Amino acid sequence: MSLLIKNAMIVNPDKAGKNSQDILIEKGLIKKIESSIKDSAAQTIDAKGFLVMPGLIDMHVHFREPGQEHKETIESGSKAAAKGGFTTVMCMPNTSPVIDNKSIVESIIKEAKRVGLVNVIPVGAITKGLKGEELTEMFELKASGCLALSDDGRCVTNSRLMRLAFEYAKMVDILLIQHCEDHCMTHQAVMNEGLNSTILGLRGWPAAAESIIVGRDIELAQYLGGRIHFAHISSARSVELIRQAKAQGLLVTAEACPHHFSLTDDELKSFNSNAKVNPPLRAKEDVKAIKEAIKEGIIDCIATDHAPHTREDKELGLDHAPCGMIGLETAVGLTISELAKSKMLSWSQMVERMSSAPAKILGLKLKGEIKEGFDADIVIIDPNKEWIVSENDFVSKSINSPFVGRRLNGKVETTICNGKVVYQA
Amino acid sequence: MSQWTKHDLLGLDDLTKEEIELVLETAKSFKEVSTRDVKKVPALRGKTIVLLFFEASTRTRTSFELAAKRLSADTINISPSTSAISKGESILDTGKNLEAMNVDAIIVRHSSSGVPKILSDNLKASIINAGDGCREHPTQALLDLFTIKEKLGRIEGLNVGIVGDILHSRVARSNIWGLKKMGANVTVCGPSTLMPRGIEECGVKVSHNLSEVIKTSDVLMVLRLQLERMQDKFLPSVREYAKIFGVNKEKLKHAKKDIVIMHPGPTNRGVELSAEVADGEYSVILDQVTNGIAVRMATLYLLLGTKEGN
Repeated sequence: MSLLIKNAMIVNPDKAGKNSQDILIEKGLIKKIESSIKDSAAQTIDAKGFLVMPGLIDMHVHFREPGQEHKETIESGSKAAAKGGFTTVMCMPNTSPVIDNKSIVESIIKEAKRVGLVNVIPVGAITKGLKGEELTEMFELKASGCLALSDDGRCVTNSRLMRLAFEYAKMVDILLIQHCEDHCMTHQAVMNEGLNSTILGLRGWPAAAESIIVGRDIELAQYLGGRIHFAHISSARSVELIRQAKAQGLLVTAEACPHHFSLTDDELKSFNSNAKVNPPLRAKEDVKAIKEAIKEGIIDCIATDHAPHTREDKELGLDHAPCGMIGLETAVGLTISELAKSKMLSWSQMVERMSSAPAKILGLKLKGEIKEGFDADIVIIDPNKEWIVSENDFVSKSINSPFVGRRLNGKVETTICNGKVVYQA
Repeated sequence: MSQWTKHDLLGLDDLTKEEIELVLETAKSFKEVSTRDVKKVPALRGKTIVLLFFEASTRTRTSFELAAKRLSADTINISPSTSAISKGESILDTGKNLEAMNVDAIIVRHSSSGVPKILSDNLKASIINAGDGCREHPTQALLDLFTIKEKLGRIEGLNVGIVGDILHSRVARSNIWGLKKMGANVTVCGPSTLMPRGIEECGVKVSHNLSEVIKTSDVLMVLRLQLERMQDKFLPSVREYAKIFGVNKEKLKHAKKDIVIMHPGPTNRGVELSAEVADGEYSVILDQVTNGIAVRMATLYLLLGTKEGN
């Protein structure tokens, strides 16, 4: 059955349309974009007053399956993604067992297909079992469906091993994603190191522990000529290093998370363990630097690092609670409230950071734009809708969000993935 | 005199100067009770106080227990080895179970910062912080303030040096808040690897030269050096620490005549403090222990005892 979106104010990365158009979708693809399309057989959606963007792409989620299905599953995670306007997500390999071989990659893809809501692309591990000792079989991981590799949650700290990963991944032509953390400097760390950690008596995670690895990997990229993508960049200093690397023409890209441009480490003052995240919430200056870097494109894309945890786990107290917060269902609201509302980011730039840049980084040629012949992955957003984040509204299995109670602007109305409506408000 | 309105004692960070003064005044009148032949007043008769110590403690726990008993409260001790905590029960569960038994106050010590705050956010019982992680140890700072005032007659305008492992010290943090609020000038002195980032922004001076700090100090608070800091390689050796940051008679040569030397105990004699100084004329270490009971009686009384009078 075909789908017709009427009165669509289309926002593409290069430009936002001035006049509304109609979009006809057939067989999962965008068939036609014209000022007025008539098709009485098609299911019709009226997008009047809303913004119509290419489906959002999140390069960084944790769906906890296999291993911790009580926190999230591919099914519940897919629902959360669809509700958040995401049509493609990349799930990180720190599952149990780890995504480090063909059979697990295939089982995830199979389950995501069964669920049939959004495109779920597994990220394979860089090292077997995320142990930081031996490289995974990258050729096979790529062949079975991985578009990128990462030891996320762990950094590949051994510089020799990272060098080998660079060289091997370059040959395989697969993207490496680094979780930048010098673990020696962050042992048992709970929050950003600074005045707040000093006052609260909590173990600090210095920003330098991130930028040290960013700097090292830039050196490796320079030396070996490979590509590297930096996950969840949180500090001003890392931004500066990435800026320099890009100016030199190195193949580095980076993502930042909504919580790193919306919150500071002041959140920890109430000992709210939902604000414990890795890398940690940082100081005001870092938040400012991240926002500016997103605006300038030094940070290429916004990723959620959606990390579900149970209430019981989060109630263990700051020292023992696991790191992470859910993010799929609040990303659009936070991006609009923190960046677009103030005109810091234009609608086109928002599309760039949340859809076309990740599509480009991942080599998804038919995604990231609303264009005839492209995949019919589309999100319809009400940019003015005001809403309050509530625990009861999450469709994710977990509710560990520090944004509960926060008033946000901008909400997803409809999400269409592969030509099918997968979420309707 | 100002009124006490607080329901919990979580730290000196959230007490006002007036509230601190009220504790110190109240403690003065309670100090006498402990010198009586019958060391008991009926102020908290019928109240139940739980001592919930997740971390080992002899001095603080004993001091709190004596304070509660001398106010006629019923006390019960719970430590991890004798309770469900070792079975993986969450802190909040433990607290809620205690609350279901209608206890009036929980005195809690925990190795994690913020545990008393989490309990106070979720329970009706009064929560008294007996030390949380590296954050605060409010009754220790209150008894230190009481002792300083008793010995020198005032706190305002005094120069106080806090010496040792500032990074991991909840005693240092509570004292910094208390001393600053009472108008003292505070200098923290210790090895750079044990100095927390941004501490100057808390309104204290930082020094790595103990002799210079001693010269100008009216009060020197010496902190215990935890042996585990050596395992974590914060310092090259105990020997060098003792040499550079240990307080001994030699370094006190240029001290003020009436300098007051304090230590929260237990002391590592020969490391942060030489035996002759610990037992010497300037030391008020045992007065601190005595005053600890009076200050804790005052705290418990203010938190639990005054409501019925209103």
